[in-house]
Amino acid sequence: MSTQLKSESCQNGSLISIQNVSKTFNPGSVNEVVLFQNFNLDVPKGQFVSVVGSNGSGKTTLLNLLCGSVPADSGAIFIKGQEISALKEFQRARFIGRVFQDPSKGTCPELSILENMALAENKGKPFGLSMGVNRRRTDFYRSQLEMLHLGLEDKINLPVGSLSGGQRQALALLISTMTPIDLLILDEHTAALDPKSSETVMELTDTFIREKQLTAVMVTHNLKFAIRYGNRLLMMHRGECVIDAADEQKASMDTDDLLNKFNEISLEVGN
Amino acid sequence: MDVLLGLLVNILEEGLIYGIMALGVYVTYKILDFPDLSVDGTFPLGACVTAALITIGMNPWIACLCAFAAGAAAGCVTGFLNVKLKISDLLSGILVMTGLYSVNLFITGGKATVQFYNKPTIFSSGLGGILPEPLRPYKVILIALLVAAVGKLLLDLYLRTKSGLLLRSAGDNPQYVVSLGRNPGRMKIIGLAIGNGFTALSGCILSQQAETANIASGTGMVVMALASVIIGTSLFRRVKWIRSTLAVIFGSILYKTCLVAAMQLHLPTNALKLVMAVIFAIALVANNMASGRRKKQNVNPTQI
Ligand SMILES: Nc1ncnc2c1ncn2[C@@H]1O[C@H](COP(=O)(O)OP(=O)(O)O)[C@@H](O)[C@H]1O
Ligand SMILES: [Mg+2]
Repeated sequence: MSTQLKSESCQNGSLISIQNVSKTFNPGSVNEVVLFQNFNLDVPKGQFVSVVGSNGSGKTTLLNLLCGSVPADSGAIFIKGQEISALKEFQRARFIGRVFQDPSKGTCPELSILENMALAENKGKPFGLSMGVNRRRTDFYRSQLEMLHLGLEDKINLPVGSLSGGQRQALALLISTMTPIDLLILDEHTAALDPKSSETVMELTDTFIREKQLTAVMVTHNLKFAIRYGNRLLMMHRGECVIDAADEQKASMDTDDLLNKFNEISLEVGN
Repeated sequence: MDVLLGLLVNILEEGLIYGIMALGVYVTYKILDFPDLSVDGTFPLGACVTAALITIGMNPWIACLCAFAAGAAAGCVTGFLNVKLKISDLLSGILVMTGLYSVNLFITGGKATVQFYNKPTIFSSGLGGILPEPLRPYKVILIALLVAAVGKLLLDLYLRTKSGLLLRSAGDNPQYVVSLGRNPGRMKIIGLAIGNGFTALSGCILSQQAETANIASGTGMVVMALASVIIGTSLFRRVKWIRSTLAVIFGSILYKTCLVAAMQLHLPTNALKLVMAVIFAIALVANNMASGRRKKQNVNPTQI
C-alpha cells in the first residue's frame, strides 16, 4: 500500500486545487465569522509556498481545510486531481505530512525516539501484532537523525517528552516526511521556538523540501523566513490573498514590501 | 501467628485476583486517560458468564477465555458510545454499567447469586488438582499468580507491538495517531476492550475461587481498581526495573493490605466500602501532592 495518491488526470495539472471554497464559523449566531467566500488557490507540484498574514486572516483555517480538520461549507478541494472532501483527516494524513506550531503535537512524548520513528516508518501499512520496533532498522534511524545535526542519534532510547522544543520540532519534521507524501503542511512550526532553534528548524525544513522535492505550504509569522524561503509567497487578509508572488516576482521582494502592505491593510481596517 | 498467616494468604489471594483487573484499568485509565465506569458492570459480567458456563460443564480455563471475551465486547460498547455516538466518557461507562446489570441477571436466569459448588474450577481441577499436598493451602495464590503473570506478560508484549505503540500514542497524543493515518477512536475502542476483558477475567477468577457468582460483586470495583493503579504507579514510579504493569499488581496487593489492616481495627463489615473509598481518596490526594511537586521542577519545553 502506498501512502501517496494515484495521480488522476486533472484539468490544470496542479497538485493542490482549491475551487470556490467557502467557510463560515458559527453561522447565524452572534459569533459568526465569514472567513472564506469562493476562495480559489492552485499550487503546482514541487512548489514551496510561504503564507503570511495578520492574526485571524484565515491561514490556519486554510491548512485545516486542506488537512480535513475542519470541513468546508461548499466548494471543492482537489489533490493530484482527486476530490478529497469525503476523506476524513486521518485518511488524508496518509498523503499529507503536517508539522504543528505546538512541538508536542507532532510526536508521541511518552514513546522513545526509536519507537516514534518505527511508527512513522510504518505509516500507510497495517499496525498489527508484529513487533513495533525492528532493531535491525536502528542504523537507518540513526542515519536519518544524523541529518538533523542535533545529536539525537545518541539518544534514540530517550522518551521524546524529555527533548527540548527545537529538538522535538526537528524530529517531527523528519517523522512527517519519512514516508513518501504528496504534500507537506507547516503551521508556524518555528513560532514556539527560541530564535536560534527556530533558524535551525527552518534550515532543516528547506533542506528536506528540496532534497525530497516536496510540495509544501508553510504558514509563518516570520517575514524574513517568508522572503528567504520558498518560491511563492501569499499574504492573506480576511480570507483572501492580497499578495500572490511567485518565482522572480517573489525573489525581488523584501520585508519592507510586506510591511508596507501590512500597514496599508491596517489603515483600511482603521487601526 | 496462624491468624497473621491467614491474613497474609487472604491478602495475596485477593490482591492478585483484583490485580488482574488493575492491569485492565491501567490500560484504560493510565494509557488512554479514560475513566471507565463500565468496570463495575464487567466485573460481575465475568463472574456470571463463568458461573453459567461452568454449570453447564465447560472447562474452567475455557470459561476464563469466554469471560475475557464477554468483557471485551462490553468494553467495545463503551467505546462505541463514546467514540461514535460522542457520549462523554463518564456517561458511556455509566450507561454500559447500568445496562450490564440486566444482562447479568439475564445470564444468571434472574438470580442474584449462582453457586456452582463441587463443579471443576481452575483451582480444583487440572493444574489445581495436581498440586503437591504441602502447597494445597496456597493453591489460590499460586493459580491467581499464574493468571496474573501470564496476563501481565501478554499485555507487556502487546504494548510493544505496532498496535500497542499506536494505543499508547492514542492516549498520549491522538493527533499523532491521526498524522500516522490511523483513527485514534478505533484505538480507544481496542483499549477499552482490553481493559474490560481483564476486568471480566478478574471477576471470573474470583467467582471460581468462591464457587459463586454474585450480581452485586461489581459495586466498588472502579474505586478498587483505580486505587490499585494510582497507588502502584505512583509508589514505584522511580524504581526502574518495575514496569507499570507489575506496579499496578503490587498496588492491588498494597490496597488490599490497607483494607485488611483497616478492618482489623474491628470496624463493622458494613463499613468496608466506606473504608475503600477513604483509602482511595487518600491515595488520590497523596498522588496529586507528589505530582504537583514534580511539575514545578520541569523545564520550559520551548527551550532548546
Ligand atoms: N474552530 C473554529 N471555530 C470558530 N471560529 C474559528 C475556528 N477556527 C478559526 N476561527 C475563526 O476564524 C478566523 C481565522 O482564524 P485562523 O485561521 O486561526 O487565523 P490565523 O491562523 O490566520 O491567525 C478567526 O477569526 C477565528 O476566530
Ligand atoms: Mg494560526
